[in-house]
Amino acid sequence: MVIKGNGAVNTMEAVKINTKEKERTKVTYHKSVFSSVLTGITWGAAILALAVLVFLVGFILIRGVKNLTLEQFAWTYNTENVTMLPAIINTVTMTVLSLLLAAPLGIFSAIYLVEYANKRGTLVGLIRITAETLSGIPSIVYGLFGMLFFTKTLKMGYSMMSGACTLAIMILPLIMRTAEEALKSVPDSYREASFGLGAGKLRTIFKIVLPSAVPGILSGVILATGRVVGETAALLFTAGTIAKVAGLMDSGRTLAVHMYALSSEGLYMNQMYATGVILMLIVLLINGCSGMIAKKIAKK
Amino acid sequence: MKLRETIMKLVFLIAACCSVLAVALICIFLFMNGVPAIFKIGPLKFLTGTVWKPGNNIFGILPMIVGSICVTGLAILMGVPVAILTSVFLSRYCPKKFYGICKSGINLMAGIPSIVYGFFGLVVIVPLMAQLTGKNGNTMLTASILLAVMILPTVVGVTESAITSVPESYYEASLGLGATHSQSVFFAVVPAAKSGILAGIVLGIGRAIGETMAVIMIAGNQPRMPKGITEGLRTMTANIVLEMGYASGLHREALIATGVVLFVFILLINLSVSMLNRRVPYGD
Amino acid sequence: MSKIDVSNMDLYYGDFHALKNINLSIDANEVTAFIGPSGCGKSTLLKSINRMNDLVPGCRITGEMLLDGENIYSGKMDVNGLRKRVGMVFQKPNPFPMSIYDNIAYGPRTHGVRSKAKLDDIVEQSLRQAAIWDEVKDRLKKSALGMSGGQQQRLCIARALAVQPEVLLMDEPTSALDPISTSKIEDLAVELKKDYTIIMVTHNMQQAARISDKTAFFLLGEVVEYGETEQIFSMPKDKRTEDYITGRFG
Repeated sequence: MVIKGNGAVNTMEAVKINTKEKERTKVTYHKSVFSSVLTGITWGAAILALAVLVFLVGFILIRGVKNLTLEQFAWTYNTENVTMLPAIINTVTMTVLSLLLAAPLGIFSAIYLVEYANKRGTLVGLIRITAETLSGIPSIVYGLFGMLFFTKTLKMGYSMMSGACTLAIMILPLIMRTAEEALKSVPDSYREASFGLGAGKLRTIFKIVLPSAVPGILSGVILATGRVVGETAALLFTAGTIAKVAGLMDSGRTLAVHMYALSSEGLYMNQMYATGVILMLIVLLINGCSGMIAKKIAKK
Repeated sequence: MKLRETIMKLVFLIAACCSVLAVALICIFLFMNGVPAIFKIGPLKFLTGTVWKPGNNIFGILPMIVGSICVTGLAILMGVPVAILTSVFLSRYCPKKFYGICKSGINLMAGIPSIVYGFFGLVVIVPLMAQLTGKNGNTMLTASILLAVMILPTVVGVTESAITSVPESYYEASLGLGATHSQSVFFAVVPAAKSGILAGIVLGIGRAIGETMAVIMIAGNQPRMPKGITEGLRTMTANIVLEMGYASGLHREALIATGVVLFVFILLINLSVSMLNRRVPYGD
Repeated sequence: MSKIDVSNMDLYYGDFHALKNINLSIDANEVTAFIGPSGCGKSTLLKSINRMNDLVPGCRITGEMLLDGENIYSGKMDVNGLRKRVGMVFQKPNPFPMSIYDNIAYGPRTHGVRSKAKLDDIVEQSLRQAAIWDEVKDRLKKSALGMSGGQQQRLCIARALAVQPEVLLMDEPTSALDPISTSKIEDLAVELKKDYTIIMVTHNMQQAARISDKTAFFLLGEVVEYGETEQIFSMPKDKRTEDYITGRFG
């Protein structure tokens, strides 16, 4: 059209320009189709991932709620009621125990790494490599180790304590890493100000640095809680599968182990649904909490 | 005052050494209890034997090793493309107001216990697979699909941060040459993040190979060489959990030895992840 | 006798020779200003007076630095005690993420003051000294992070005063502040010299001329010239000092 309007251009040149223009539009056309395809598959993949999640959560919750009955919350277990109340109580015990063991260790390690250690020293390198290794070990290997070390060698038997010790090692790297990040993000100016007022290192750490790092540390602890609640393989051969409210040195099953025990018996589909709902609700709650804390940190 | 400072410093140091101690103990106890069994059975017989019959004292774990590798490989094949695309989406396409929801969705996926995943596989994927194949639904494919879902958050987490940390200048330079948004993202940004993406994939392999509970519930668990993707198989992890409850003597030791083999796999995977992470990107 | 005596002092960060053969005596109840271009060592010298340089790995010091005749770097010196005597105000206001009250009370509590009445007293006194009491007296329990930059810096001065130091080190205390807050801090420094020895690092030559009694000019890790502020600014003895204060470099 441009060419038509320009009489001075001879025909040959007009044709040349015309084809060039066509080629260019062809290229941009291809380019835009190609780009749309890329955009499309990217959106598609993300939607697929989230759809699977929504379906999974929705399925468990909706199908499961129907199967919740009051008798599943009876105090003592028998094959009639298949109660999960003891398992819920054991889950709480297990969480508290393993956090009591792992949280101080993890936080103290992080304090050492951030506040004391020579950042390039061999010891720090070693600690980092081992922590990385720990976070990559699958839970069944922890289970085997716990069985060999805590139950057999330390003669703790199948007990909540054996389970908690095993899980404590499992969640240690998680707590350590999040605590380390949290401590690192405390501005050095706080430390300087405290030292400048004549405070010692310990006082600076406990009164200034740790309080500022609490949200970050807490989010690590919450994530660790999630791992303890959902853990099965590491507990089967350390804490055992007895369906009773357990003391420290007794064997007892947590909720996730309860669910596995039901599945291996193969008779209790409805009860598995019900247990699944409760587990899912706990996980949702934990994720909600950690999300809220993350928001709080981001606001700062 | 001085004394307290010194004592507490020592306490922190000891706490920090706990992870070193833990790894040392894990290595010592696993190897001490597993390696003798391997030698009693014969390393070659144990690792390359294709028959697992504890009743007859025949302990060959090759079927389980192959099983683990097959399931993991297939899961990676299905899961990784989706995971990488999802992380590209999160870091480069996602509208700001949806980002929070998407991200917490991925976090939620990471938080769901494997036993719940396994149950989901049992009641949804297994019947579906049974309908499709007309046979038993406990198959390699079933387990791989579920594992593909389970490793997604792990891979996305690492990959997304790798893509996000690519300098903005790469993207801008590509745009400046007339490339579209998608072209710039896929041909300038993503390739620059490849070592991070690779680390994510390797981490995913580690998770898949170590996964236990979900796989047990849906893989069929037959201790024989895998025959095809629509047949059942048994992984190393499943082997341990299924039989540890009643095993004794050499059988029990052979199971621990299976754990040792798995542990060595994981150590190798960890090693490659940390080697990938050591590389300094973008030359600063 | 002067408050602080520095003789033949050298300071190294690893291989870098940051301060070269420093000799200075700083008198009590005066404002001493350290001026000079960036990276010339004035902050480094300031920080070595209360041993904040101890926190820098690879920092090494030779020579002598005396506070009331006592060697700051002797093995017997209690570092925390030293920092109680030699307080510090930093370049950027750095209040703790706590209430205004707790910020001020942090120092005294560190040094063992537990009584509520006494703490209340110290908080009020310090805030009054720092000329910020009237602005904050109704919100002592509110977070210090909600204050303006100038208020935060005066709070940090009050916090430093609360441990009753003898010397107050100020490291470019007004560089992050607006002109009005700056003039408030300057008035404060002049006011405070009655009770304290004040050493201030500044980039702002007018500021040094306005408030200091003595001035030391630093260049490349050396003290080029040190003397009465009036003399330094009106008839500097060294050519380099003259070049700097007349704005020919730096």
